[in-house]
Amino acid sequence: MQSRPVSDVATEAVDVPLRAGVQPTRPAALARLAAPWIALAAVFALLPLIFTSGSALTMLSLMGIMIVFALSYNMLLGETGLLSFGHAVYYGLGGFLAVHAMNTVIHDRLPVPLFLIPIVGAFSGLAFGIIFGSVSTRRAGTAFAMISLGLGELVASSSLILRGFFGGEEGVSTNRTKLMHVFGLNFGPQIQVYYLIAAWCLLCMVAMYAVRPTPFGRMCNAVRENPERAQFVGYNPQAVRFIAFALAGLFAGVAGALAAINFELVNSSAVGAAQSGTVLLAAYIGGVGNFIGPVIGAILVTWLEVMLSDITDVWQLYFGLLFIGVVMFAPNGIAGLLTMHAPMWHARAFGPLRRLALSYLIALVPALAMLAGLIVVIEMTYHRSVKASEGATISVFHLTLDTTSVMPWLAAFVLLAGGFLLFRRTWPIVGTAWHGAVLAAQAAGKSR
Amino acid sequence: MIAPAIELVDVHKSFGATKIIRGVSLAVPAGERHAIIGPNGAGKSTLFNLISGRFTPSSGSVRLNGEDVTGLPPYQINRRGLSRSFQVTNIFPRLSVWENVRCAVLWSLGYKYSFWRGLDGLADVRERTKSILDEIELLDRRRVQAGVLTYAEQRALEIGVTVAGNASVILLDEPSAGMSAAETERAVALIRKVSQGRTLIMIEHDMSVVFDLADRISVLVYGQIIASDIPARIKEDSAVQTAYLGTAA
Repeated sequence: MQSRPVSDVATEAVDVPLRAGVQPTRPAALARLAAPWIALAAVFALLPLIFTSGSALTMLSLMGIMIVFALSYNMLLGETGLLSFGHAVYYGLGGFLAVHAMNTVIHDRLPVPLFLIPIVGAFSGLAFGIIFGSVSTRRAGTAFAMISLGLGELVASSSLILRGFFGGEEGVSTNRTKLMHVFGLNFGPQIQVYYLIAAWCLLCMVAMYAVRPTPFGRMCNAVRENPERAQFVGYNPQAVRFIAFALAGLFAGVAGALAAINFELVNSSAVGAAQSGTVLLAAYIGGVGNFIGPVIGAILVTWLEVMLSDITDVWQLYFGLLFIGVVMFAPNGIAGLLTMHAPMWHARAFGPLRRLALSYLIALVPALAMLAGLIVVIEMTYHRSVKASEGATISVFHLTLDTTSVMPWLAAFVLLAGGFLLFRRTWPIVGTAWHGAVLAAQAAGKSR
Repeated sequence: MIAPAIELVDVHKSFGATKIIRGVSLAVPAGERHAIIGPNGAGKSTLFNLISGRFTPSSGSVRLNGEDVTGLPPYQINRRGLSRSFQVTNIFPRLSVWENVRCAVLWSLGYKYSFWRGLDGLADVRERTKSILDEIELLDRRRVQAGVLTYAEQRALEIGVTVAGNASVILLDEPSAGMSAAETERAVALIRKVSQGRTLIMIEHDMSVVFDLADRISVLVYGQIIASDIPARIKEDSAVQTAYLGTAA
């Protein structure tokens, strides 16, 4: 991370209050602080009215869980500069303890409603974050990454050995409707589960957002930037990392508990490397440079996981290609691409922005052609090598293609190669438009 | 008698078989501006690293305001009132100028690792950050990312970050390195201002800066202090002239 050039990084506009202006406790300032969150709460409340189908509700629930998980991961990677390959440990263990807590509550008829169960996940994640964090956060960088990988493997393999707790291959199941009912909620219908997840998601988002502009939150950034300098201003970087790690564990535990409630089942895959990889991808694709990035990433990755796995067997390949593309061409993620345009937006350089958008559209056409060609090649290759016994034809983009004849292959390669060549020719157009927009923004900045 | 701000007693430092610091004893009384000069490779930066806790001495002891701090980690020494700058600019490059200084004032104002209070609401932090930025004349540049400041600005910020925590002892490692004459002049004025009421120890190659600022000068040659005296007598010292000034001038 540290090797990234400075100018490359999207920083949030820092508005520095020099005078003791409005105290945050005043009602007006409080309202300004709360407004975006109230708006978000309204969005969360209204989404099920727009997306009414059962599968959409399930997808929204998964997105809510993933948002919490990805944001918790970003407390490590984005804020503190800790690359973890084992964050699912805290998610999964939070889920397992939540599921056991639910079963205990059901068994002993304890007066605990379902919507308090994520607290169990939170404490589990925090506890394991403290235990494993005390070991792994002594070091940063590569050593930290390797230790996180080792701890992840340790927990994943114990999940198959300690069958009593982890339930072996089939995992531990529960029944969320059997807990104490409050306000007549039995959490049978998915819509009720959605609102439970949405409420916890909102709560966690507010909490994680609030930690950032605090002395601790800022020192996380300082430790990320330059742990040595942090030492010479009085801070112990290990302590900063440790607290960040424990807090990230806490929120990951909440996400795991929400998943346990949603699926009524937790198995060893919840603590596994694939789950750790998914959250890394979600946070990175969305962008670890700012708060909204992992949210975008969580939504996109969840959507892709659900949608792509429905339409193609090799969806993980596309997922990997997307990740490579982001790492190579948008190292600050989707949110980074968006914030690149913020200066022009603020400078009200709408003319150049419009030209820029047009240039993007021009570039998009050959890019899509290239992508279509690539998809056809991948699908036909996959079909030929794995599913040749099922017949010669496949259906891609509602087209029936014969994988044994030459024409589809030729067409696909023409699309792929021709699309690429044309796409390359659009780069100068985008470059010129971008340059114009930058100049316009600078000019506007100077004139003010 | 008041304990010296910094007291080194027979400090040695070896890296493997290489002896870098070979028995340095030095007492810097509180409030003094002390310069350490010497040829390249004499061990000046190593000496700073030993005082500030970046390295642990192989033997000997380091005392800060009478307290033994030998072997303590840098943050512990910093909390006891010693702050330092670096020869190669060492700031938080992707944080804004404002955040750089603000990070440096937090511990000294007692905010530690608190993650439950908003930074912007802390009036004492804001006031102190503002006054430091005012002092180093970077208040207008506070929104800029530290990494994109000019070199001279970064050096000023480095000094700002160093003094922000209100340490009683300040170590500056070549504060005027790589600066033009005009920039050096401004740096000297800044150092004079921020070292007011503090103990200052600085490594410096620019002799005009040294003789301008220092109350006392120590000459470090090949890991040993060969002379430690007021500037006028250092100029006269024949050993110093042969070892250092003679060749440098």
